[in-house]
Amino acid sequence: MADHVDRLLEGDRRSAAKLITLIENELPEKEEIIRRIYPHTGKAHVIGVTGSPGAGKSSLIDRLVGTLRSEDLRVGVIAVDPSSPFSGGALLGDRIRMQEHALDRKVFIRSMGTRGTLGGLSRATKDVVKILDAYGSDVILIETVGVGQTELDIMHYADSTVVVLSPGAGDRIQAMKAGIMEIADLFVINKCDTADVTRIKNDIENMIDLSPLAKNWRPPVLKTSAFTGDGIGGLWDKLKEHKNYKNSCGSSATDSHKLKSELLEIMNGKVMARLNTGALSNGKMDEIIDSVLERRIDPYTAADTLLEKLICFREGA
Amino acid sequence: MAKKIRVLVAKPGLDGHDRGARVIARGLRDAGMEVVYTGLHQTPEQIVEAAIQEDVDVVGLSVLSGAQMTIFPRICELLKENGAEDIMVIGGGTVPADDVKELKNGGWAKEIFTPGTTLETIVEWINSNVNTD
Ligand code: B12
Ligand SMILES: Nc1nc2c(ncn2[C@@H]2O[C@H](COP(=O)(O)OP(=O)(O)OP(=O)(O)O)[C@@H](O)[C@H]2O)c(=O)[nH]1
Ligand SMILES: [Mg+2]
Repeated sequence: MADHVDRLLEGDRRSAAKLITLIENELPEKEEIIRRIYPHTGKAHVIGVTGSPGAGKSSLIDRLVGTLRSEDLRVGVIAVDPSSPFSGGALLGDRIRMQEHALDRKVFIRSMGTRGTLGGLSRATKDVVKILDAYGSDVILIETVGVGQTELDIMHYADSTVVVLSPGAGDRIQAMKAGIMEIADLFVINKCDTADVTRIKNDIENMIDLSPLAKNWRPPVLKTSAFTGDGIGGLWDKLKEHKNYKNSCGSSATDSHKLKSELLEIMNGKVMARLNTGALSNGKMDEIIDSVLERRIDPYTAADTLLEKLICFREGA
Repeated sequence: MAKKIRVLVAKPGLDGHDRGARVIARGLRDAGMEVVYTGLHQTPEQIVEAAIQEDVDVVGLSVLSGAQMTIFPRICELLKENGAEDIMVIGGGTVPADDVKELKNGGWAKEIFTPGTTLETIVEWINSNVNTD
């Protein structure tokens, strides 16, 4: 594993790919890997691309990668598709629309299944971003599965979030999911080659007018076509502008907010892991269950007692 | 989280018969695998690059064009050039029995599944031939 980290930092793509797998599979080496690469992260501009299924997220990313490459930027792409809740398997098809740069050594594309998380991203996404960051990506694009009620996680992962809509009936503004205003730093109306999108653009602008903006950034509403390439350059310009805006407000507030949620998530995972690995199984659990059964204590008190044991539990102790 | 078997299902060359590839891709997903499907008209270089970036355990080539005797060796060659010869190559499609034999003997394909093979057979074969530690 040590070799893989060294080679990742030298820009070896096979090692990057192997480390991503290791992280996705949550192998024990994961924490050591993150510990070693963390000092080499924090440089990339992380861009989330979300929006309803079929809106053209993958096609748009393919085009955007072209623009980024013309500025000789190194690009990482993470494309997330849903895992089947029944089999746990996944059909990862975003690459079909990302073929333009398949042989460019400065573009690294990785497909991932959500593997049981609900937020439109896989649990591993944050750490996979770190791998691609340490690998030397200047820009990392993340395609999430279509936006839904609980699928707003992207805002915790990305510096800039793009919400992609298409002129289809399913994208009527009235039908737009709650929370979308909070996550969108930019709106993109794609497929503008197929229909007049003035109406949709106006609808979104109205919605922005009506929503209380928490920040000084008004999300621009852009028109693009992944078919003709129209508007892609403008999209990249706005993304850069947004990044500058974020830097200018001293990113620390949002960054520490993001970090807090990351830390809580990690702690949550560790507590669950301790529970599952039987940190409480040394007869203590049974004893307490008996007490509850006999109605000597209530379930809440029992849980508190157990939690205390859990926190004090140390490996090997 | 246990290891998941990752498979790249690829359609090389001008061969437009994608029904089999799609059936296999869905079938493997329903068997709990993660399947990367890259669509039609892939060059060997594109297939190998995708296999490396996606870190798949298996590359599955679907060939109904008659081009098997050039495609399988080419893929193996490219994998080797990239230090990725540990990725297993299998395939399916209309490959005559003699070619299947030759490709397997030459080490160009670990197994080839011809028309009529059931999904169960294929899933079982992959499950028992891919190392999941
Ligand atoms: C349907 C079909 C078509 C359809 C394709 C529709 C589509 N989108 O797929 C259409 C009508 C478009 C078509 C066109 C042509 N076809 Co056609 N077609 C067939 C046919 C009748 C069935 C193929 C099929 O879909 N089978 C069903 C699927 C599920 O089976 P399968 O692909 O074999 O997959 C199974 C296994 O092979 C295996 N498998 C396949 N792939 C993979 C991958 C992996 C990873 C694994 C593990 C397993 C696996 O598992 C599957 C389940 O058992 C075959 C005849 C035949 N007996 O195969 C001819 C056949 C393949 N076609 C043939 C030809 C010649 C053509 C044309 C050139 C005809 C022409 N002159 O225009 C064109 C070429 C089109 C092109 N651009 O490539 C020849 C090929 C001859 C050769 N190999 O040298 C065949 C064999 C007919 C023949 N006997 O002559 N065709
Ligand atoms: N006319 C037109 N079609 C487009 C455009 N962008 C994408 N498409 C088509 O729309 C379909 C879906 O495109 P994708 O890029 O796969 O969309 P997606 O949002 O990534 O889809 P999912 O990942 O399945 O949610 C494809 O058939 C594309 O060719 C566009 O700008 N104009
Ligand atoms: Mg997509």
